[in-house]
Amino acid sequence: MTEQIAKAEETLRNTNDPGVIQKVLDDNPELQGLGNYEYGWADSDDAGASAKRGVDADVVADISAKKDEPEWMLKLRQKGLKYFDRKPMPTWGADLSEIDFDNIKYFVRSTEKQAQTWEDLPEDIRNTYEKLGIPEAERERLVAGVAAQYESEVVYHQIREDLEEQGVIFMDTDTALKEHPEFFEEYFGSVIPVGDNKFAALNTAVWSGGSFVYVPKGVHVEIPLQAYFRINTENMGQFERTLIIADEDSYVHYIEGCTAPIYNTDSLHSAVVEIVVKKNARVRYTTIQNWSTNVYNLVTKRAVVDEGGTMEWIDGNIGSKVTMKYPAVYLTGEHAKGETLSVAFAGENQHQDTGSKMVHMAPNTSSSIVSKSVARSGGRASYRGLVQVNAEAKNSANSVVCDALLVDTISKTDTYPYIDIREDDVTLGHEATVSRVSEEQLFYLMSRGLAEDEAMAMIVRGFIEPIARELPMEYALELNRLIELQMEGSVG
Amino acid sequence: MSTLEIKDLHVSIETDQGTKEILKGVSLTISSGEKHAIMGPNGSGKSTLASTIAGHPRYEVTSGSITLDGEDVLEMEPDERAQAGLFLAMQYPVEVPGVTMTNFLRTAKTAIDGEAPKLRTWTKEVKDAMEKLRIDADFANRNVNEGFSGGEKKRVEILQLELFKPKIAVLDETDSGLDIDALRVVSEGVNRAHEENNMGTLLITHYTRILNYIKPDYVHVFVDGKVAEQGGPELADELEANGYDRFLAAVSAA
Ligand SMILES: Nc1ncnc2c1ncn2[C@@H]1O[C@H](COP(=O)(O)OP(=O)(O)OP(=O)(O)O)[C@@H](O)[C@H]1O
Ligand SMILES: [Mg+2]
Repeated sequence: MTEQIAKAEETLRNTNDPGVIQKVLDDNPELQGLGNYEYGWADSDDAGASAKRGVDADVVADISAKKDEPEWMLKLRQKGLKYFDRKPMPTWGADLSEIDFDNIKYFVRSTEKQAQTWEDLPEDIRNTYEKLGIPEAERERLVAGVAAQYESEVVYHQIREDLEEQGVIFMDTDTALKEHPEFFEEYFGSVIPVGDNKFAALNTAVWSGGSFVYVPKGVHVEIPLQAYFRINTENMGQFERTLIIADEDSYVHYIEGCTAPIYNTDSLHSAVVEIVVKKNARVRYTTIQNWSTNVYNLVTKRAVVDEGGTMEWIDGNIGSKVTMKYPAVYLTGEHAKGETLSVAFAGENQHQDTGSKMVHMAPNTSSSIVSKSVARSGGRASYRGLVQVNAEAKNSANSVVCDALLVDTISKTDTYPYIDIREDDVTLGHEATVSRVSEEQLFYLMSRGLAEDEAMAMIVRGFIEPIARELPMEYALELNRLIELQMEGSVG
Repeated sequence: MSTLEIKDLHVSIETDQGTKEILKGVSLTISSGEKHAIMGPNGSGKSTLASTIAGHPRYEVTSGSITLDGEDVLEMEPDERAQAGLFLAMQYPVEVPGVTMTNFLRTAKTAIDGEAPKLRTWTKEVKDAMEKLRIDADFANRNVNEGFSGGEKKRVEILQLELFKPKIAVLDETDSGLDIDALRVVSEGVNRAHEENNMGTLLITHYTRILNYIKPDYVHVFVDGKVAEQGGPELADELEANGYDRFLAAVSAA
């Protein structure tokens, strides 16, 4: 009897599923006397409509109320929900039919985040952390859902002070909405309208966390603003919302994510990133995602670029079950530039459907897309891109290069390059290559002493090198290490 | 003291027209310090022999044996053969985009020796070896064989030979495509490896010119998948004067 109770207790401790909890309580009425608060799920302080699974008007209202938001934001969320309900699931890309929207928690407090201890993590992720040599202290932060924080608090504060002196605003989006509402009224949802697509609509309805960055005129932020300096755990959320405004002549490099795999018990990550690049400003946005392979990663990223401005997306996709992500640049001013460098790895049971979208809306604009993908162990990597040149966008130029590398014969790659050109005076270039790791390359490297998987890893690393070199060093090194680990499993 | 022993080796490849036997009973023994030259007409199977020694997966050994100091080489993967002390300077070295020479050399050296070379001495060793082979210093930062001229690729093969210090090396037409100065520089590299490491060499060539620099102890005439005749350096001179007619006639008569 006591054993049964102990077991029931344990079940309760490990579940958030109301159905399971109810059944356990029904089967073990004596447990009800113990007080529910112990299990968190029934804590009246925290709970509310948003604590349940599934999304509806109550959940949305509750999230907004908990955040004590202005009325207009609530209205926008409600609109987002409406669009989300109304818009059909996109069927043109990866298979999304298994997403169970009713079984997802749309608002998770930082206190009840993700896996809580090392032991809770799936074994493959633990192994990877160990092989990557991630130090204990850092692991704990990863486990808790917070990105690595290599720098000491002192360094961190120093950097914050320097930024403040320059007038740079860098904080989590929830706080920024409270402290700097004027930016939000003007820009929130201006780059990616609420009804842009089903998942952007969902994000608008339930968003939480993310980063807000404002760089004043003429300010060059010398250090990359990155995950290390994240302010709180909310930022690693599933539905984060990021807004970056680079004022005229400014420069900033923002880095999101990390190469170490992030375990997420929830299966949907749907972020929105909006970037406003003003006249002659330049923004570089680097993402490395390595979600665990249960996650649908459906992210909308877009920048609008004014005259003479430059937007650079560097986008690395390693993890997730399915990723659909096409960072976009709208070139609205003359001489604006857009660039996307993306690299995707598709392993067993993964589909990386990634690419970019470049929209030329003014004369003398230029853009380039370089996409590299590696598929192995039956994974699928798709390139999907759109280049649009509007009428009057004279003398615009675009080039697309997409290279796919297949590590074996069971993996797949495909490309979907769309172009929509309404102006004659344009220069376009498109190159696509698919290569297999050649027997001759493997033999050459093996005859120099490298084991087959090492040879494979060297070839793959070489293949993505043009993109890896754009990453900050610690990311590039960790990426290389990850490729080695992946290759260990894919040959022989 | 090491010995590579090839006994009655038969090798086939799969082609669209079916299985084709290319090596038809090759026997050769190469020991430390020895220099063997192989000469033979195009398509006679010289590269096939070289690739088979190194373990290229396309070549199937149907019978015969290859051993290195008694160890069964045919049982080893190509990387294990390199670790055992075999080296093949390829007729057509392969490009590896995105991988710098520096990175490649260090990785390969580590793999062959089973431990990383000491960084300080290694860097110097590479630099010196490059200088001696007249390879420009900026090749260190270029990608492996990418965009190298034919002659540059060959020099880089010999650079590896000097750095990896194999027991037995097979050089497949390393002299082809080298200019006069390069031929001398490369030959000196091979001779250094002989002197310093007591290396044994199997040198495949079409031209006697290289044999003025790398003086062979033995010359083998290779025709139609096997050794037709063995002799000393004088055999190379005879070939230079008369060509392969005598040997080819013997094959077609058989
Ligand atoms: N993949 C292949 N398919 C068909 N035939 C092949 C293949 N590989 C080699 N061969 C044939 O095997 C024979 C031996 O080739 P090999 O390259 O060993 O000759 P070689 O003596 O090195 O010639 P060369 O002096 O021109 O370098 C040739 O007739 C060649 O055409
Ligand atoms: Mg040949």
